[in-house]
This record gives sequence, structure tokens and C-alpha cells, in this order.
Amino acid sequence: MPSIRMHKKYDSLEPILTITNLTKKFGYLTAVKDLSFTINRGNVYGILGPNGSGKSTTLGIVLNVVNKTAGNFHWFDGNISTHDALKKVGAIIERPNFYPYMSAAQNLKLVCKIKGVDYQKINEKLEIVGLLDRKDSKFRTYSLGMKQRLAIASALLNDPEILILDEPTNGLDPQGIHQIREIIKKIAEKGTTILLASHLLDEVEKVCSHVVVLRKGVKLYAGRVDEMISSHGFFELKSTNETKLIAQLENHKSFSKIISKNNLITAFLNEPMKSEDLNEFLFKQDIILTHLVQRKESLEEQFLKLTDNS
Amino acid sequence: MFRLLNLELQKLLLNKASKVLIFISFILPFFVILLSSLKFNVFGFFTLELGELGIFNFPIIWHLTTFFASQFKFFFAIVVVSMIGNEYSNKTLKQNLIDGLSKKEFILSKFYTIVFFSLISTLIIGVISLCIGLYYSSYTEVSIIFRETEFLLAYFIKLVGFFSLCLFFGMLVKRSAFALAFLFILYIIEWIIYGLMMWKLNADIAEKIQNFFPLKSMYKLIDQPFQRIAMSKFPDKGNLSYDYGAHGYEMLIVLCWTALFIFLSYRLLKKRDL
Repeated sequence: MPSIRMHKKYDSLEPILTITNLTKKFGYLTAVKDLSFTINRGNVYGILGPNGSGKSTTLGIVLNVVNKTAGNFHWFDGNISTHDALKKVGAIIERPNFYPYMSAAQNLKLVCKIKGVDYQKINEKLEIVGLLDRKDSKFRTYSLGMKQRLAIASALLNDPEILILDEPTNGLDPQGIHQIREIIKKIAEKGTTILLASHLLDEVEKVCSHVVVLRKGVKLYAGRVDEMISSHGFFELKSTNETKLIAQLENHKSFSKIISKNNLITAFLNEPMKSEDLNEFLFKQDIILTHLVQRKESLEEQFLKLTDNS
Repeated sequence: MFRLLNLELQKLLLNKASKVLIFISFILPFFVILLSSLKFNVFGFFTLELGELGIFNFPIIWHLTTFFASQFKFFFAIVVVSMIGNEYSNKTLKQNLIDGLSKKEFILSKFYTIVFFSLISTLIIGVISLCIGLYYSSYTEVSIIFRETEFLLAYFIKLVGFFSLCLFFGMLVKRSAFALAFLFILYIIEWIIYGLMMWKLNADIAEKIQNFFPLKSMYKLIDQPFQRIAMSKFPDKGNLSYDYGAHGYEMLIVLCWTALFIFLSYRLLKKRDL
């Protein structure tokens, strides 16, 4: 069951963020090691990696809150200072940080002052995240889900060229997670470039077209999600005559690996094949299938493969 | 500049605690000075009118009011350290930077706020001293009225210097309470070093060196006025005389400290990973 991804085709590759050989050391610990990648306009990027793989550190560096040890990065064409570039960026990091004694509207007004944005945007963005009716409540009275939605509204205030989200659904309840994802999807559909850091793979899978995989600060992969592993997917098969089926599959040149578990046979393809062709082939060999499903590996399976092998 | 000031004022004035403290630090000295200028009736025994003592005469009033008002600087010092401490504890400092404020702008917005409130405080003290002085003073010639108004300048510099020190401590320890404790520790350290120098060298040199220390140099800007008042009552007692003036070199020392504290605060923030 291939998941639905939004592929946006943009002819020109206009870089928004370029990172070259970035390194960050915290004492003896190297959090980010010689990292290079480019974010281009119009794509939805995911940064994947287990906890402590350097995702937040990388984002911290490009967002001006963590000092780099070596290497370089530049925003847009590189002719703009980082803090001015950040006025065209919207970012939320781990936890929503606002002044607890100010109301939502007052907090956003402050952000407007920093970014140089018109106050009229406040209501418009609060509307998007569904907080307009609570805009005069103090921030400290908000639930975590509301706080996170306010953070998104704040990041959207300047109609950013790129939206950076670091673990946006961390610690939220299922409704909260759902609301945040719906908002992200809506924004992605409008063509905003998004950079989403997460260790939750289905989250990345659902929205991202490109992915950067990190482990222990080292880049393992950068590119399109669907090209992450040159895989042609696999079949899940069941048959009354299991032994014969396995024998036939093992002799077939299109399959690289056959696994049989709990009466379910998983056959991995090493070249493209259609399910009807397989069905026809097996039928001719007098094998009747009781179950036939063609699947691609989920991002989770691909990710685990990638992070385990190296 | 006004954008940065505006930013910080919003952060401060929407916070109830700092609003109250700001109010206290400006209004309290105002009232204390105003009340002390009124006629007191002490339980019906006798009336005490400080104005009669001649302490509200020009130019001594400039010295007296700035000295007393500067004792109230501690209230605003709490505001200064908490405006740094809160940014750290709410992690809004991080958010401000991500939103596109530069580290330099962040420090400047705090510094402008300090200058702004010091200026307001100086203006308030200036106006009230002028009013009380005009009401009580035996001398109302313009040349006498505006003599020694350098005490106002000294007062302004003293506030800016002291709050810059608070700003630096706030940046250093990130927590308001610890920053205030640091102020107290610095005060003790200054006196310990003074004591050591007095023991190893002599009192005269020790005092001269101590006058360069941050807290002492700020204190020294406006010396205590009691001795001076006593002097004016008993002019024949020469041993009371002391140097009470607000001198240019004293201001320069404090201004140097101010520049150093602001610069160090910036360096600290620049080097730090948030």
C-alpha cells in the first residue's frame, strides 16, 4: 500500500538553505559531523533520525541559537545576514516558547514587532490554527496542543518562505497530533517549503517528498523519499500448497529473498513486476493463491534498514 | 532603536510584577521626597519641618534628592535581573532569536530600556527637586538654582551603570535570584579586597584603589550628603570637610564599567549555545 505523498514539480532549483560541511562539537561529543545538504524551494523535506542524532542541533545552528564549530551555512542566496534571513523564515522548536503572562494576541504582536510584520496578520493566522476565539486568553492558560498551534500561527505570521518544524507533535494527545498534521498538510498544499524534523516516521512519510537521514550526527541519506532504497517492493502471498509456492518463487529470477512466517510468504522483488503477472505465472504452475498483496516498504522499514546496515 | 525599546517595553509593561516594581521604583522616591518636604506634626509635641533646616536650599537640594532617590534603585534592579531571568526560564530568548532578532539587538533592547527608565527617573527627580527647591529655598537666583545640577547627570550615570551591572549578572547566571545574590557577593568582595589592601598597604591608597571598583565607583558618584549638611550648619568645623562633588573622572570610571558590562553581556550571549 504505497502512501500518498505530495510531489511538487518545480523546474528551477532555487536554494533556500545551503549547508556545507557543518560540524558541531559539544566538548568531546560531536553532535553534527561534516553535514552537507541543500533545501530547495517548493519541496517538503524531512530530517529523520533517532533521538540524539543531531537534528535539533543542526536546526539550532541554522536558526542562530547554537554556534557552529566548523563549516558553513547560508540562507537564500547567501547575501543576507542570518537574523535578517530568519525574518523570512517561520520556525517552531520542540516546545512552544511564549511569554506566559501575555495573551495569544499580545504574544503574536511581539513577534510582529520583531519580524516587522503588519498586526493585521495576527487574526488571519489565529484563524488558520483555530485559536481566534481564545486570542485574549493568557498563554499560560493554554493546553499543550493549543500552545503548539499558537507556535504554528506565530511561525506563519510573516508568510514564511520556509517553515521549519522540529518535533511538532511531540507530547501531544492523538487529537492534538491530528490537528497539527492537518495544519501542516494544509500549509504544504499551498506550496510552502517545509523542513520537518522528526523521529516519527509515519509523520515524515505522510507529508515529505525529500528526506535527510541522520544518525549520530552523520548524514546517511539525502534525496527523495521514494528513492531512499532502490527497492521494488515485495509480495505477501498465501497458498494452500506452500512448499510448492516457495520452490517456484526461489527459482524465479525476479525475487531476491523469500521469507516464510506464520503461513505468510514474503517475496522481495529485485526488479519491477506487476501482481497480475505473478498471479498468472503461478496459476500456470498450478498454484492457487489465497492471498496476494503487493507492497512497498514503508518508510519505517526503509529507515530501519538504512540505520542498521551502516 | 525605538523598535527595540518598544519591544522591551511591551515585555515589561504587560507583566504585572515588573509593572508594580517599576511603579514603586519611580513613585516611591517621589513620595518620600514630597512627604519629607511637608510639615510634620510629631504627636502634637512639636512640628518638624525639614524645609526649615535649609536642606531644601539650592544647590544642596540636588545633592540630597539624588542621593536619597538612588537608594530606591534596588527595585528597578530586580526588574532588570528578572527581565533577563524570565527570558531564559521561558526560553523566549531562544524564540526571539529564531524569530529574527539578532543577539546584538537583544542586548541593545535591554540596554535601551535601562537608559530609558534611568532617564525618566532622572527627569522625575529633577522636576520634583526644582519644585520643592523653588518653594523652600532661600536663594532663587537662576545661577544658584542651576549650580550643581551635575548631580542629576551623576544620578543618571549611576543608574545606568548599576543596571548594566545587573544586566551582566543576569546574563551570567540566567536566574534572577542568583543574580541579586551575586550583587551582594560583589559588594562583600569589594570590601574584603579593600580590607586586605588597607592591611598590606595603607588606608589612603586602599581607598583610592577602591574608588575604581564597580559598586564603590557608582556609590562614589554621589557621596552621602549628611556631612555636608552638618558642614553648612557648623562652618567653623574644618575637620568635617570632604570632597562631595560629582566629578567628571568619577563619571568616566562608571561609564567605562557600563561599557564593559554591556560588552561582556553581548560576548556572553554570542558565545553561548541556547
